[in-house]
Amino acid sequence: MLTLKDVYVFYGHVQALKGISLEVQEGELVALLGANGAGKSTTLMTISGILRPRSGSIIYKEHDLTKTSPEDIVQLGIIQCPEGRRVFGGLTVLENLWMGAAARKDKAAIQKDLEWVFSLFPILRQRARQTAGTLSGGEQQMLAIGRALMARPQLLMLDEPSLGLAPLIVESIFNVIRELHSQGVTILLVEQNARKALQVADRAYVLETGQIKLSDNADKLRTNPEVQRLYLGGPSS
Amino acid sequence: MTGFTNLIQQLINAFSIGSLYALMAIGLAMVFGILRLINFAHGDLIMVGSYTALLVQVAGMPFWVAALAGITASALAGLIMERVAYRPIRGAPEVSMLLTSFAVTIFLENTAILIFSPISRAFPAPSILTAALKYGTLRISSLDLIAIGVAIILLILLTLFVTRTKVGISMRAASEDLLAARLMGINVNKVIASAFLIGSMLAGVVGMLWSARVGKVDPLMGFYPVLKAFVATVIGGMGNLPGAVLGAYVLGFLEILLQGLLPATLTPFRDAFVFLALIILLLFRPNGILGPTAREKI
Repeated sequence: MLTLKDVYVFYGHVQALKGISLEVQEGELVALLGANGAGKSTTLMTISGILRPRSGSIIYKEHDLTKTSPEDIVQLGIIQCPEGRRVFGGLTVLENLWMGAAARKDKAAIQKDLEWVFSLFPILRQRARQTAGTLSGGEQQMLAIGRALMARPQLLMLDEPSLGLAPLIVESIFNVIRELHSQGVTILLVEQNARKALQVADRAYVLETGQIKLSDNADKLRTNPEVQRLYLGGPSS
Repeated sequence: MTGFTNLIQQLINAFSIGSLYALMAIGLAMVFGILRLINFAHGDLIMVGSYTALLVQVAGMPFWVAALAGITASALAGLIMERVAYRPIRGAPEVSMLLTSFAVTIFLENTAILIFSPISRAFPAPSILTAALKYGTLRISSLDLIAIGVAIILLILLTLFVTRTKVGISMRAASEDLLAARLMGINVNKVIASAFLIGSMLAGVVGMLWSARVGKVDPLMGFYPVLKAFVATVIGGMGNLPGAVLGAYVLGFLEILLQGLLPATLTPFRDAFVFLALIILLLFRPNGILGPTAREKI
């Protein structure tokens, strides 16, 4: 469905991605793991068309994403729920959700997807008329995911959805990710919380300083000694 | 009794001048909110619209046709300005954008000087605009009432636009977080062009009212209004639409108040006192009256 081949990205002279190749198949939940600054968010921003690779190819269903504008990429069915949530704080919850559907024109279906999002996150229905800035961190994360879902994505990219949230909230966010996966949404998940990510993912890539260090099935990575030592905090998992 | 009529008269004055500032300030605030660009060339849109209206009137058309033509010319000029001058440098440092806006200003003003000469020309306004209504000792110029009425109508329409339409909500979203807006698939080019279009049309409206008020046009006529609009947006909080409107009326009232309170020897320095008040305000509210205090929530 999505294939990155030998992607190089620079910030000025600084190499951020040094020849990344990865693949996401339809229906899969793929995790992208790695420490701070490994290039995880850069990878997602490049897929979204915000950053442009210096070389390499990004192909999504026969479309060359390196030559596609960010809004057209959303229209093709790829949406990113960015790190730090970035909800529109001065807009109401409902307005935020509509913005997720900004690239769509099928009004009736948008209304139906709104009900779907409300069924996934019932709290958002209660808060619909509130401005997003007044929500708690966990609620904002739910709104950010809900907003992305309003695009009815075929590929949902989540950047650090558990960052800075209380353990109980993290649990419920991951339950939703599992639920979405079981509903057939293809997901590319960026996480620092490798333990949690490997519990829900089918496959995972481990990024290190702009390069893919490891890639395997999630089960195998969970028992990989190096992954245990570096990302899971010890060999007992 | 004369004290009371004087008060009413001054209130109407303040409201009227505040309305003109508000319509100008909205255009500045909209563009600044999204692009972090202080578009000083916004004032020259007044000039473009006013000269267009003047020419159409000279050609023998009635005032309302001239006004429509003027507003249209301002709108077109704003759109072209965005496309030609600002889009190519989008994402550049704020200083570069600011300097570009000065370049646009210098270009437009000098083009006007070349075509029309630097000498001001009379701007004929129909009698309905220049008439004065009398109630006892109270004298109200119909232009003031029209300015207030037009501003109220446009502000209501604008509120509906930014809260009820997709482009309007997108505009607010883009001014809060441009990157997030792009990630949601919002067509940023369209949103920015709409901001310029609306702001320029409002500037065109101001141009008609302003020129009718002062009775003349000249190539540098946009400087004073854009400066006042800029101050208004600073008072209210940069990039914040309700703030810009509030700041404009605060500024209008402050000016009229000082005009009335200052001894005659000091009235020529009224603006100095206005800016003094602005400095004091910014000491206590550096982000303006409605600007952010602390937002980000983790």
